[in-house]
Amino acid sequence: MNERTARLRQESLDATPSLSSERAGLMTAFYREHLGKHATPILRALAFKHLCQHKTVWIGEGELIVGERGPRPKAVPTYPELTCHTAEDLRILDTRPMTRYTVAQEMIQAYEQDIIPYWQGRSLRDQLFAALPEEWHGAYEAGAFTEFMEQRAPGHTVLDDKIYGKGLRGFQADIACSMALLDFEKDSEAQDKRDQLEAMAISCDALILLAERHAEEADRLAAAAADPARAAELRRIAEVCRRVPAQAPRDFQEALQYYWFCHQGVITELNGWDAYSPGHLDQHLWPFYQRGLKEGSLTREAARELLECFFVKFNNHTSPSKVGVTAAESGTYTDFANLNLGGLLPDGSDGSNELTDLLLEIIDEMHLLQPSSNMQVSRKTPDATLKHALKVIRNGYGFPSLFNADAVVEEQLRQGKSLEDARAGGCSGCVEVGAFGKEAYILTGYFNLSKMLELALHDGFDPRLGRQLGPRSGDPSAFRTFEDVIRAFEIQTRHFLDIKIRGNQIIERLYATRMPAPFLSVLTDDCIKRGKDYNAGGARYNNTFIQAVGIGSLTDSLAALKQVVFERGDLSLSELVVTLDSDFAGHEPLRQRLLNKAPKYGNDDNAADDVMVRVFRFLFQAIDGRPNGKGGAYRLEMLPTTCHVYFGQVCQASADGRRAGEPLSEGISPVQGADRNGPTAVLRSAGKMDHVKTGGTLLNMKFTPSLLEGEGGIDRLHHLVRSYFKMDGHHIQFNVVTAAKLREAQAHPEAHRGLIVRVAGYSDYFCDLSLALQEEIIRRTEHEAFAE
Amino acid sequence: MSAAPVPAPAPTGRIFNLQRYSLQDGPGLRTTVFLKGCPLACAWCHNPESQSPEPVLVMQEGRCIACGACYKVCGEGEVPSDHPEACVDACPTGARQLLGRDVAVEELLVEVMKDRLFFDQSGGGVTLSGGEPLMQPAFAVAVLEALRQRGVHTALDTCGLGRWEDLLEAAALADLVLFDLKHMDDAQHRKWTGVGNGAILANLERLGRRHPQIWIRVPVVPGVNDDPANLEATARFVASVPGVRRLDLLPYHSTGAAKFRRLGREYLLDQVEPPSEARMASLVDLFQAFGIPAHIGGNP
Repeated sequence: MNERTARLRQESLDATPSLSSERAGLMTAFYREHLGKHATPILRALAFKHLCQHKTVWIGEGELIVGERGPRPKAVPTYPELTCHTAEDLRILDTRPMTRYTVAQEMIQAYEQDIIPYWQGRSLRDQLFAALPEEWHGAYEAGAFTEFMEQRAPGHTVLDDKIYGKGLRGFQADIACSMALLDFEKDSEAQDKRDQLEAMAISCDALILLAERHAEEADRLAAAAADPARAAELRRIAEVCRRVPAQAPRDFQEALQYYWFCHQGVITELNGWDAYSPGHLDQHLWPFYQRGLKEGSLTREAARELLECFFVKFNNHTSPSKVGVTAAESGTYTDFANLNLGGLLPDGSDGSNELTDLLLEIIDEMHLLQPSSNMQVSRKTPDATLKHALKVIRNGYGFPSLFNADAVVEEQLRQGKSLEDARAGGCSGCVEVGAFGKEAYILTGYFNLSKMLELALHDGFDPRLGRQLGPRSGDPSAFRTFEDVIRAFEIQTRHFLDIKIRGNQIIERLYATRMPAPFLSVLTDDCIKRGKDYNAGGARYNNTFIQAVGIGSLTDSLAALKQVVFERGDLSLSELVVTLDSDFAGHEPLRQRLLNKAPKYGNDDNAADDVMVRVFRFLFQAIDGRPNGKGGAYRLEMLPTTCHVYFGQVCQASADGRRAGEPLSEGISPVQGADRNGPTAVLRSAGKMDHVKTGGTLLNMKFTPSLLEGEGGIDRLHHLVRSYFKMDGHHIQFNVVTAAKLREAQAHPEAHRGLIVRVAGYSDYFCDLSLALQEEIIRRTEHEAFAE
Repeated sequence: MSAAPVPAPAPTGRIFNLQRYSLQDGPGLRTTVFLKGCPLACAWCHNPESQSPEPVLVMQEGRCIACGACYKVCGEGEVPSDHPEACVDACPTGARQLLGRDVAVEELLVEVMKDRLFFDQSGGGVTLSGGEPLMQPAFAVAVLEALRQRGVHTALDTCGLGRWEDLLEAAALADLVLFDLKHMDDAQHRKWTGVGNGAILANLERLGRRHPQIWIRVPVVPGVNDDPANLEATARFVASVPGVRRLDLLPYHSTGAAKFRRLGREYLLDQVEPPSEARMASLVDLFQAFGIPAHIGGNP
């Protein structure tokens, strides 16, 4: 970092997240005047343009890349048309101890007097909850699954290289071409398509307008600047903002600024999940970098400075705040923007280059919460590049996570994508796979596997809510074999998957008809060609994910139950269920046996791993290929984020020895502390899952720093990663920090505010995590050398 | 028509532990098989339970929840009854453990081959250690032979005491021999390990002319074998052995103390402190001066 970027970084770290009512106010005023006067896509595009025209433009001192979603850094807008905060929500957000957003009194007043009265019953969330059936609400309340789209729009997508050779004026030409081809005689949807295309064209104008306003502000600041050097920078910024996004970028700075305007557009239009990401940044910027160096207009250090300014912009963008019950829980400030490094080029050759190393240096130096980063590791990725990434990981910030680029391609081919599109794709959010710039790959909610077994062991009765929740799958006292248990589990799982998918159809339809995203559609192939919105199936590929949580806990519970009830005959199934209902009261020896003597996933022990494979195959068959509402299909994903903590809270004690309320296992990691045969055994167990059939899996491992010392430590980590990827493993991430250090941070959070740990698919400030999650991270096995 | 030759029954061995992701016993990622029984009784032994060739019932106090389940099966005494397996099985926490289990060669191979992918990726393999592998020579040879047939890199970690023919046969099937040297003085060797060093030194001298990949391992135990006279004698001797490729200095640590007490045995090194890093570094220099590539720790 130089003086400038070190200062910008510090300012970003010091800025306090706050809520801004600016967007809500503008949106409300616009809807009051325009609702009912335009077709919905055009209404949305005009609303977007209204925002671009009137929002505060902010250019910070010393910035080289400009643009803030809110009126200043870390000022987070709200999206009342999707989900409207109550005054109580705002007060909770303003006062809760962790991940607080300050809220000005005037904002609460504006909400009470103006915004809430307008949007109540009108927001998409209100409509969505009203439209969903009773059975859905019951399952949601029980914690059988969660919902992704009730507060944030379907986003979950990433840009490809399409903007680097074409300005928005060029996209408008494509839109005009597509409009000209509409056949109003034969195509009954032609009028709808015309509206969608017109909306897309308006949204391009809107973003160009926003850029022009930045140019004007930069000119104004340049005229007022006392320092001639800064004045020159500002005049250059004005020039850049007049060039992009309207026209194609000519150099490194314009390329970065163009992406950043697109990012602003996507996250201003709606609050889509995972914000937005530039995808293979090292690959996309490579031509500009090479040309700049060759022509002498750019140096490596100048590129570093611009990239560091670009990183700070990501970090300024705190995630949108939640409403309802979740406002009281500590959430996260991260918005899941995730850079891809390395990987493959569309022609199948290695995609890493000198910028990959430069970006790794920047990640190591800046260690900011956002953007997240990952390395796509293919067979062709040079060892030196992977080892560079491992050295950054060893420093303990959890970045970058590692993905198996070859498996990522294979997973997409299985879903029917073209080879080139698959190679140009990658990973975003936590571990999700998508064809960048060409796919709407939507996560719809976490699915609680442990709850399914709990229901199966209670004939569909939910012990926590005290009511019949699922179908009657058989009285467990009548179960004679382990197969009877599995059958009941499958009945419950299918039932709740059906409820989830029926609910998803309703929600997807609501977004398709009421909440189109014309600007995101411009950036996503083939929305322009098809005249269809991103939220309505306009993308070339449309995969919908259900994320199963707790396969480790479920596997261990089934394997333990099989052993003690059906093999050893220590007790009957009914007795076991009663013991679990009582949270092992008076049965500590039994709990110890379940914890210590039963087979555990993560030890390369087929007594447990075979159960995992079986459950996985069942889930795959139950989910994969089912049609969604956008012409695509459902896929299985094995990703928890932090939901394993919540799902554990709604589950009573389980047969793996877990007490009531404790977290479930996360991702495809073993139950915390259950893996006792070392890292190779964990990887072998995880490798028995057929990762290629998923849309992503998440494996978390924790190493103590002493195990990774020196070149030898990096070599060993490198071998573990390469071996796991030879087994088709999808993703692996490492936490490199001692339990002692985490304990210390828990005791003295004020001294460890900057401590970043890998949570699950993303990194977060340790001190911002809930106590339950802090404890769980400490418990994850520390793989120390196991000398007895 | 002659009867088909009856194949000799594959030998069964008794192992004490099997450690995957083993980093101290040769190159790459390895699986180390610890065979039970050792002719030496080193005062600093980390695994005194491994010395006896018989299975040993042990107690991990940290895991015991005092539920009393084991007493019902094997009585209250520390000495187990004649059915230790039942005692172990009765324990819900794993505090009661029986160290030493008999495995057939094929059974062991299934276990160790699980990490084949990691061996291939990292240039690792399987190390036979102990105890002392040469206490079960037929088993050790059968395992090494089977691994060689499968193209797996093999290492033999030996204290050097055993029949020369057994050592030669096993070493011939090992890509690498890890050979321990504890003391050059016969009397001192006898005092601290229970046996003299004559046969060990003779074995090393002979093996060094036949085997091209020998790594010497010297535990550095302050006050026992770290005096300059002994170390220089060690260096001189090792420098004269042609097959030696490197020498690892393993700093003493006291992990064995608690185990000795648990077994009701006296621990002679209570007053000994682990050698400092600076001290270890100076010892590396000492061996380097004799032209021996020396390292601290067994971590390649």
